[in-house]
Amino acid sequence: MAVTKETLESIARAGKPRARWLQATYDFARQRPLGAIGAMMILVMVLVALTANWLAPYDALTTDYGAMLSAPNAQHWLGTDTFGRDVYSRMVFGSRTALIVGLGASFIGATFGALIGVASAYFGGRIDMIVQRIMDVLISFPLIILALAVVAILGTGLQNVIFAIAIPMIPRCARVVRSSALAVREMPYVDAARAAGFTDARIVLRHMLPNVMAPYLIMLTAFLGQAILLEASLSFLGLGVQEPVAAWGLMLRGAAIEFAETAPWMGFFPGLAISLAVFGFNLFGDSLRDALDPRLRTQ
Amino acid sequence: MMKQLVGFLAVVAGALFAIPLQAQTPQYGGELVFTVPSEPPSYDGPREQTFGLIHPIAPHYNTLLRVDPTDPTGTKPIGDIAESWTESSDHLTFTFKLRRGVKFHDGDEMTSKDVKASYDKIIFPPEGVASVRKATYLVVKEVEAPDPYTIRFKLKWPSGAFLQSLASPWNFIYKADILAKDMHWYESHIMGTGPFTFVEHVKGSHWVGKKNPNYWDKGKPYLDGYRALFVRSHSAQVAAVRGERSLTQFRSFTPADKEALTNAMGDKIKFQESAWDCILLVAINHTKKPFDDKRVRRALSLALDRWSAAETLSKIAIVKDVAGIQVPGTPWATPPEELKKLTGYWPDIDKSRAEARRLLKEAGVPEGFTFTFYNRGTPMPYEPLAIWLIDQWRQVGLNVKQQVVEAAAYYGTVLRKPDAFDVAMDFQCGYIVEPDLDIYKFISHDKNDDNYGYYTDRVLDELYEKQSRATDAAERTRYLRQFERRLLDEEAHYLMTLQWHRIIPQNARVHGWQITPSHYLNNQLDTVWLSK
Repeated sequence: MAVTKETLESIARAGKPRARWLQATYDFARQRPLGAIGAMMILVMVLVALTANWLAPYDALTTDYGAMLSAPNAQHWLGTDTFGRDVYSRMVFGSRTALIVGLGASFIGATFGALIGVASAYFGGRIDMIVQRIMDVLISFPLIILALAVVAILGTGLQNVIFAIAIPMIPRCARVVRSSALAVREMPYVDAARAAGFTDARIVLRHMLPNVMAPYLIMLTAFLGQAILLEASLSFLGLGVQEPVAAWGLMLRGAAIEFAETAPWMGFFPGLAISLAVFGFNLFGDSLRDALDPRLRTQ
Repeated sequence: MMKQLVGFLAVVAGALFAIPLQAQTPQYGGELVFTVPSEPPSYDGPREQTFGLIHPIAPHYNTLLRVDPTDPTGTKPIGDIAESWTESSDHLTFTFKLRRGVKFHDGDEMTSKDVKASYDKIIFPPEGVASVRKATYLVVKEVEAPDPYTIRFKLKWPSGAFLQSLASPWNFIYKADILAKDMHWYESHIMGTGPFTFVEHVKGSHWVGKKNPNYWDKGKPYLDGYRALFVRSHSAQVAAVRGERSLTQFRSFTPADKEALTNAMGDKIKFQESAWDCILLVAINHTKKPFDDKRVRRALSLALDRWSAAETLSKIAIVKDVAGIQVPGTPWATPPEELKKLTGYWPDIDKSRAEARRLLKEAGVPEGFTFTFYNRGTPMPYEPLAIWLIDQWRQVGLNVKQQVVEAAAYYGTVLRKPDAFDVAMDFQCGYIVEPDLDIYKFISHDKNDDNYGYYTDRVLDELYEKQSRATDAAERTRYLRQFERRLLDEEAHYLMTLQWHRIIPQNARVHGWQITPSHYLNNQLDTVWLSK
């Protein structure tokens, strides 16, 4: 029997007492360098958000009218806004808002979507048909339009924005997860659970849901970038989080537009932060999808 | 030689004087194109409150009196279709003589019958007919038309501000015959006596008027017509002026716009500036704890560094002067030195904030006390002022969150519902600087639905009545000062932010228009002309 390269690598790996997660990370980085770059960008963002109190030289809310519209300088590395607030400090604290909204909305949207998708596949028949038609209706609205409608009903503010972004994500995740759950439903262990008299809820939550984790995780990471972008869009439109909270989208609106010619730093840096964050999440999400779902592999 | 020299000097001198003279002589022709950042909800002046109606529609109408279009204070009433008037010795009867030869756009002559019908609709509207300024004419007992060219107003009590209220730019003179047939006709049609006739209204796009060739004021208007472009986007409005697609905008631009346009257009653009009879107020809900305690309300006012804000915020927003209950610089306004004695207006901000902290502590409000400040979803100047207010309150240990509500829903869902808010942004905008009209808002809620502090203060009500009936200027000033002290200092029922500041851009070709403190005034366009 010929010894393949993979076999040798696996023997070599087995010889080293490297932790499984570390090995997985290493493999992921080696096989998907773009995904690794994305992951690094996300990691930096998370670290910045966690250590904002130490990294930011100024309080994000403190005004200094003597330093209004200062260009980047030694005291204010990225300049100040119309209220003399330090742009760098507000960006650092803004990463916290972006992550809270991004993670919150993605988690709620993907989780509820997965639950609905699995339940819909499990029950099938008329229930499945009705649920899927409702999902069709919801999916027919562009993400931003549905989010705007939800904000119009719920009002502005951090919590409402999380819900407003999460709701349009639910049908998208439900649709993808359902397709995987349809296959899982036919598995013998689901029949066995049913034969053993387990309740529907137990079968859905304990036996089917854990087996659709791959599409769930893919959707979750894909949603993260979208959620950050959507939060910035809503805030830019004045419908997201509200001043004086530090948020990237908020930093782009109002005075940043009005003073775009004389104080471009007010809009440039937050815009760059949004772009990099979304880019990072998209790179990581795409690579994770390729790794977890071979059918969608692009290479 | 001497003759030639004298001749030469005469020609040079003549040319030098002739240039400015020629520049000031009105020229005929041209279409004035301007942007309007709103749109008329209906065409009926007495029914509406938005400049979105006044700017495109006022040129089609006359009013009984108007504010002198050359008066920068915007306080002097002059006759429009009224030629002259007399006031009885008991100050209870005003008799107006109307101009002859004033014709509606359909050719019919305007008489006192039309004026009476128009004012009856405003003051005594029948059931189902809206008249939003009806309350400002409570003083009127009766309107009479004794002959075709005389109109008489009989009052219940003497009013020092009655003439000013008749100069309201909203009180269009309508045709009596039309009103007799259908009181709602003017909500969707135009038929006036004004300098311009109606051509078309394309919703969401534009409004066009053309010169009235039979206008009673011979020689006017100068323009062939006008075109109002409905443009909500502020940046699009600025771009339109910059590209000379629009020649002006009659509401206001911001200081940043002024700087950008000046840099881009040089001497092709000019600006007129004025204090603006508009101010954002902080409504403190007296039905909610701890805001029912005047110590807390005074602390909210003491936290504000108004004098410093007047210098800094004016660079980024359309606000400027520190104000009491009247537009600074106008006849009834309190001078700054006197204003500085009121709570919240002290020049020493450290002392002021120390007092604010003491009052909050005394009232049992803990450090870090949290409340939500409701704001209207209109960016300028609501947003910068809200950021400023929240920052100022933060500096006396209050933790304030902002909740922005969509502009159209704001009054219905927040201010008009006493259970819905603690502290909220409110707004006051007048068409003429006149205490009766400007401070009416602050009398007790049971007398005035527009008071969103939801308080009852009979002392204020009494002072309002006294100043309104005072015929002596010094006496009226005294009552107004007492009213101001009671409202802003002793009780701190409402908080004033900063007076708005109007910046009107005008293409260098536009002449004959004078800025006033109100964006509801001087929109008949009869005096406006364009240089070639």
